[in-house]
Amino acid sequence: MNIFVVLKMVPDTVEELNVSQDGKSLDSEFLRFKLNDPDEHALEQALILKEKCGGKVTVIALDAPEVDDVLYTALAKGADRAVKIPVSQACLGTKATAKVLSDFFSSGREAVTLDTLVLAGSYAIDDLEGELAPMLAVHLGLPYLGVVSNVAASGPGLVVQKEFAGGLRGEFEVELPAVLGIQSAEKPPRYVPVAKVRAVMKSAKIEELEIPSPTDAVCLDVQRTYKPEAGGRAEIFEGSPEEIADKIVDALAKSGVI
Amino acid sequence: MAISILVLAEQLRGGISDITYEMLGAGRAIAQALGVPLEAVLLGSGASQLASSLGAADKVFVADNPGLDLAAPEAVAEVVKTLIDKTGAGIVLVGCTNVSLGIGSILAARSQMPLVNFCRAIKVDGGALICTSQLFGGKILSDVKLADGRGIIGVYPGAFPLEQGRSPRTPPTEAIDVPVQPSKVRFKQYIKPETGDVDITKQNVLVAVGRGIQTQDNVQLAEELAQALGGAVCASRPVIDQGWLPLTRQVGKSGMTVKPRVYLAFGISGAPEHWEGMQNSQCIIAVNTDPKAPIFDGAHYGAVTDAVELLPVLTEKVKMRKG
Ligand SMILES: Cc1cc2nc3c(=O)[nH]c(=O)nc-3n(C[C@H](O)[C@H](O)[C@H](O)COP(=O)(O)OP(=O)(O)OC[C@H]3O[C@@H](n4cnc5c(N)ncnc54)[C@H](O)[C@@H]3O)c2cc1C
Ligand SMILES: Nc1ncnc2c1ncn2[C@@H]1O[C@H](COP(=O)(O)O)[C@@H](O)[C@H]1O
Repeated sequence: MNIFVVLKMVPDTVEELNVSQDGKSLDSEFLRFKLNDPDEHALEQALILKEKCGGKVTVIALDAPEVDDVLYTALAKGADRAVKIPVSQACLGTKATAKVLSDFFSSGREAVTLDTLVLAGSYAIDDLEGELAPMLAVHLGLPYLGVVSNVAASGPGLVVQKEFAGGLRGEFEVELPAVLGIQSAEKPPRYVPVAKVRAVMKSAKIEELEIPSPTDAVCLDVQRTYKPEAGGRAEIFEGSPEEIADKIVDALAKSGVI
Repeated sequence: MAISILVLAEQLRGGISDITYEMLGAGRAIAQALGVPLEAVLLGSGASQLASSLGAADKVFVADNPGLDLAAPEAVAEVVKTLIDKTGAGIVLVGCTNVSLGIGSILAARSQMPLVNFCRAIKVDGGALICTSQLFGGKILSDVKLADGRGIIGVYPGAFPLEQGRSPRTPPTEAIDVPVQPSKVRFKQYIKPETGDVDITKQNVLVAVGRGIQTQDNVQLAEELAQALGGAVCASRPVIDQGWLPLTRQVGKSGMTVKPRVYLAFGISGAPEHWEGMQNSQCIIAVNTDPKAPIFDGAHYGAVTDAVELLPVLTEKVKMRKG
């Protein structure tokens, strides 16, 4: 299989998020970036598929802070190629991003083949617009399914699981070539030691592929970005762990469970 | 300006999903403010029967076609696109649910309409719409303006009251005949959740762990507390995705919906997708190191402290109290 995984960098929410002076965007000064969680899973699912049925895994990303580290890490985990498109992902909007990525496939150097599978994350935590994967599928004229949590090769196509709700899943047949939005891989994402990533940084190269920035990058008109007001509903227990534990035990007793 | 508002009704396994009524309620408010009709479209087997419960709409279009049961997003988008072209609907509401994910995106790519996703509130401002979207797991809100009042809006489950979308009225329906093309994505079968060793939906007390529990070993600390309380351990998605607990223990949008008497959340931020699954617990007690974690907005009791440190202390105290 010829597998492509599109990777997106997103602000790490472990850090406090602050709104910038303009009141519309996030203050970038203290933002740390990391790979979007579902993308870790998309990459893992791609590597598992390659191990099971052979093929090639190519990771693709637009330009973003710390993206090189992520691309090298993907190579260290077992991806065959890493391609960076030197168009900044900031302020591009999903429609324009889908255009850039579909241009990647029509650039002449890459092409959608009969055994092409494009994996994206199901969603990104910073996403205001639509999900990219279905838009990319429209551009490429390929079938799409999202919230996928298991992908297996079956004959010339795929059998995948999509999550519904309440633990209920559906099994679907998907013909290749296709685009899937991955929610989680069938196994937790693998760990790769830093030393191995360092070694890859010395031995491997990130390819760059120039794609013209879209001229019609229309973004949504954001009027205001802000933190939700604290509902302030919770009664907060203060004190040492012992004191807090006592208060929780009182609350448990009040609820009648002890 | 929108000529009408269209709600994409959602059904799963022969029943109308709650999100449908939530969208109808939200849609009715906009329709009233703009003075336009509210319409709905329902697809799949049994649609004509099920449509009778969508009385909050002025009209329901039905495509009672088994070919549309759990159809691929592009097939559903195709039907909705045809309908938009026919009726001139300028505002389309689609559920931000696993079932409908992708449909709005495909519609946006196929039409000249913008898409605003993860929407929790919609305000009419003259001819414009202001949609409030929730990002970063509930930590940030953005108000987006649809200046000409046209767009596709992805509506978050649980954001709008269900009751306002219910009506005893039987709505007029119109059958739409849509040719369904053979699709490259085909539904085969349902995979039901395994029952697992414990059924978390039947517990009185749940001890829930999130990413803040940090390691697989620490999950054991929660297990001990659950045992002392005679309950069970459950978790947020990242813990399940790490393989620290089986899928049957996941609470939330994709996981189980639980309503225990007490839900203790350790190291869970309270993202909307988690909240969806446990919001109806009778008593929610949250422990998190971040005083601004969204979980504190909905919890009844909270403590800003290290869950890993607190857990063993709490387990001891519970044992003591129980004697
Ligand atoms: C389509 C879809 C479906 C989804 N389905 C689900 C679902 O079914 N269930 C679900 O849970 N999520 C689901 N999610 C994911 C959801 O959006 C969140 O990403 C997830 O709930 C976050 O889990 P968390 O709170 O454990 O992790 P985080 O958001 O990372 O939060 C960890 C928290 O731990 C706190 N913390 C850190 N260290 C400590 C410590 N030592 N002691 C105490 N607190 C600490 C941090 O302050 C933080 O608040 C879904 C998402 C999507 C888009
Ligand atoms: N700028 C981008 N660069 C690469 N991949 C992206 C980009 N934006 C979105 N994606 C992919 O699409 C998925 C969904 O993101 P989003 O459409 O932003 O919700 C992400 O998980 C990525 O796999």
